[in-house]
Amino acid sequence: MQITVGVNGESYTRDVEDRLLLVHFLRDTLGLTGTHWGCDTSNCGVCTVQVDGKPVKSCTMLAVMADGREVKTVEGLETAAGLDPVQQGFMACHGLQCGFCTPGMMLTARALLDRNPNPTEQEIRVAISGNLCRCTGYENIVQSVRWAAEHPASAEASEGVSA
Amino acid sequence: MTQTEAPIGFGRMHRVEDARFLRGRGNYVDDVQLPGMLHGAVLRSPFAHARIVSIDTSAAEAHPKVKAVITGQVLATLNLAWMPTMSYDTQAVLATDKVRFQGQEVAFVVAEDRYAARDALELIEVDYEPLDVVADATQAMAAGAPVIRDDKEGKTDNHIYDWEAGDHAATDAAFANAAVVVSEDVLYPRSHPAPLETCGAVADFNKATGKLTMWCNTQAPHAHRTVYALVAGLPEQKIQVISPDIGGGFGNKVPIYPGYVCAVVGSIVTGKPVKWMEDRSENLISTGFARDYHMHGEIAATADGKILGVKVDVLADHGAFNSVAQPSKFPAGFFHIFTGSYDYPAAHCKVTAVYTNKAPGGVAYACSFRITEAVYLIERLVDVLARKLGMDPAELRLKNLLTPEQFPYTTPTGWEYDSGNYPRALNLAMEIAGYQQLRQEQAEKRSRGEYMGIGISFFTEGVGAGPRKHMDILGLGMADGAELRIHPTGKGVLRVSCQSQGQGHETTFAQIVAEELGIPPTDIEVVHGDTDQTPFGLGTYGSRSTPVSGGAAALVARKVRERAKIVAAAMLEVSTEDLEWEKGRFYVRGDQEKAKTIQEIALAAHSSLELPEGVEGHLDATTVYNPPNLTYPFGAYICVADVDPGTGVVKVRRFIAVDDCGPRINPMIVEGQIHGGLADGIGMALMQVMAFDPQGNHLGSSFMDYLLPTSLECPAFELGETVTPSPHHPIGAKGVGESATVGSPPAVVNAVIDALAPFNVGHLDMPLTPANVWSAIQGRPLRTDLAL
Repeated sequence: MQITVGVNGESYTRDVEDRLLLVHFLRDTLGLTGTHWGCDTSNCGVCTVQVDGKPVKSCTMLAVMADGREVKTVEGLETAAGLDPVQQGFMACHGLQCGFCTPGMMLTARALLDRNPNPTEQEIRVAISGNLCRCTGYENIVQSVRWAAEHPASAEASEGVSA
Repeated sequence: MTQTEAPIGFGRMHRVEDARFLRGRGNYVDDVQLPGMLHGAVLRSPFAHARIVSIDTSAAEAHPKVKAVITGQVLATLNLAWMPTMSYDTQAVLATDKVRFQGQEVAFVVAEDRYAARDALELIEVDYEPLDVVADATQAMAAGAPVIRDDKEGKTDNHIYDWEAGDHAATDAAFANAAVVVSEDVLYPRSHPAPLETCGAVADFNKATGKLTMWCNTQAPHAHRTVYALVAGLPEQKIQVISPDIGGGFGNKVPIYPGYVCAVVGSIVTGKPVKWMEDRSENLISTGFARDYHMHGEIAATADGKILGVKVDVLADHGAFNSVAQPSKFPAGFFHIFTGSYDYPAAHCKVTAVYTNKAPGGVAYACSFRITEAVYLIERLVDVLARKLGMDPAELRLKNLLTPEQFPYTTPTGWEYDSGNYPRALNLAMEIAGYQQLRQEQAEKRSRGEYMGIGISFFTEGVGAGPRKHMDILGLGMADGAELRIHPTGKGVLRVSCQSQGQGHETTFAQIVAEELGIPPTDIEVVHGDTDQTPFGLGTYGSRSTPVSGGAAALVARKVRERAKIVAAAMLEVSTEDLEWEKGRFYVRGDQEKAKTIQEIALAAHSSLELPEGVEGHLDATTVYNPPNLTYPFGAYICVADVDPGTGVVKVRRFIAVDDCGPRINPMIVEGQIHGGLADGIGMALMQVMAFDPQGNHLGSSFMDYLLPTSLECPAFELGETVTPSPHHPIGAKGVGESATVGSPPAVVNAVIDALAPFNVGHLDMPLTPANVWSAIQGRPLRTDLAL
């Protein structure tokens, strides 16, 4: 089946098998390997992307269901203005170790901040509770998202952490 | 917050590896794409124990996208149906005679894409004849139990080994004279590290060059290369193992798994690169699990609480093949460190290991080769003793902890602890926790029917394996090499044998060199995880990176510094004896102005400067670090937990962790490692268990059934630090990667049992699920690892 999917602002038209998962469409068909795969059962959240601005576990969505929709992956977080404040926060607060959960975690965090720019620690913990991390014990991830909330402006961000 | 300047050496700095991870530009093994690459998938046994009557692969072979179907019979023609394990046992690559655990590898399909490979698995017909199952270690030793390893000639039972440490007679004598003896059956149930990235490999055998390139998320690339050479008969110089970025390891990625061997064979058979990635279920049911120790412990003491001795009897469930990856001379790993952090003269342990119809493994999950089990046992026993004596568990520990002047201290089972100040760490933890106020709060809450508990654990770890005279894996000594190349501009490349799975080696190891040479860490590129690019070493597990490879990095930098000194002397036209070092430069004693920086020296070393006779020029150096002893990090942990007696739900409210790992190279990274380990401990104590039914069916084969802690189960952690350097390590550092995983589970369990004291609950086995806690309150504790 032919589908047209917007990914990080670019439009891609491809013929895909009906059963192809969105995560494999992104990784194998488009070569966007920043989105990871971890569990098959939508428990771990490492495959989280945004579809039309909402966080979605891309191992539990078919590529054909993304036809005509806009997907944002970790590769789309950085803009010409620099790293997204969430990316800067993860570096500033050591919110990542092996980096495997990080893309999904950051897209969940970005979606949280888009709807709630100043979340409490508990609100952050609830928001990321569908994203597992085996390295950090979540402590520094919570701090990273708080950092991003406190440094929202891209102008300010450009003076912040460089990577 | 603006970025802090990178320190010249040790100190907090952001990680250099973050730049790629934050952009989704890491390179994990499933990201490797090669031209013409095919995909493999493994057919696994649905039975825990069954004879294979026949395998029909004809329909799978007829699938238009299938390139090869490999069975055990095919492998047998290559002499590869069985492979050696890291414990001098054998393990089936693909089953030929029978299957011995649910999920065992039976056939391997190579196809054009990963979906087609899985489709083809459905087309393979296997006729099994089910056999009686041994799903439990205690059943394994029963008379008439089915013999699992009938492939081993003359094998008539499921026994693997008996192993002892300590002095049996002296321990019996200590017990005979003791006023108080308590005993406890302590189960450390089977668990699984479950890194979020599953195991996988891309094998590319190039027929033209005879070279095998193997991308594999292994924690021990050099050891794997040597084992492949020994087993497959490929010349070692024609094997390149590349460990790219790894999505967490925790010991799960040390062994060689059948899927790796199948990927290699698949590539040889098809002439194309073959990628094999497990799915989550495969990872949980077939790869290296952790623990499964059934322990009986007894502790003897005087009436006023001075511990006199401890004895332990362990039944160890190793699964269907003894494949534990650990120093080979220690069949029960470092379990005999079970005497813990206390001062007493007598101890004895006996470990009996058995085969069961469960997946092989046992040493994994940040366990420091079974120290996790040892610490859990002793810290539970000490709490049981405290309750028996009516003593506060903190007071009992303070009364028995080793004192600073006792170091170096040789334990009753022969370990030589290098350095420690244990009372200081426990006192600090109690101060951060506000221990006395917590006890007051607990008493007040109890009086109104609320149940909070305060749990303490104190641990000593032995990490950094290890001295090559005692420690090897399959004969490979556990020393690590390092190479440091300094470019003319004073920038450098450090090559190390250990491999990061998220520990931040590219930052930390650059900081070690920076500290020694007095240059910014960002001037050092760290190369790791590629056997063609790095010197030999045994890899990253057992918290050995900093203790072993970190020692190598410091020493190779000191070699460079010594070479630089000779060049500096020639530049300054003085004798090397007239030179003094301060971070980043040599100066002439008595004249601070007359100096050469390391960068100036580097350039001169590559120039036409006339060097003394016998000096080759350049500054590059290599070394091998053979540690003289293990390092012994330690810590004091306090957990505060609230228990709802109506539902059995446990909430960890606070967790205080004081760790002493010697000097911290990058405190930010150290704290992150501790945070992660604390979450592991909470997970193991409250949620994680690999349970089986009597037929050997795995009851935790997905993340829906095998529960991992989320952000909601973990509190904000409260950390404290003391610093007791290791006297024998080049930079005094002790290693920390596993400390919190080792130390935290007993604190959580002790807290919950403390909370339940009013219900007369004195024993619980992990995990402390709501059902388990609630049942214990009702007086009916559960056996948590079996659905019997």
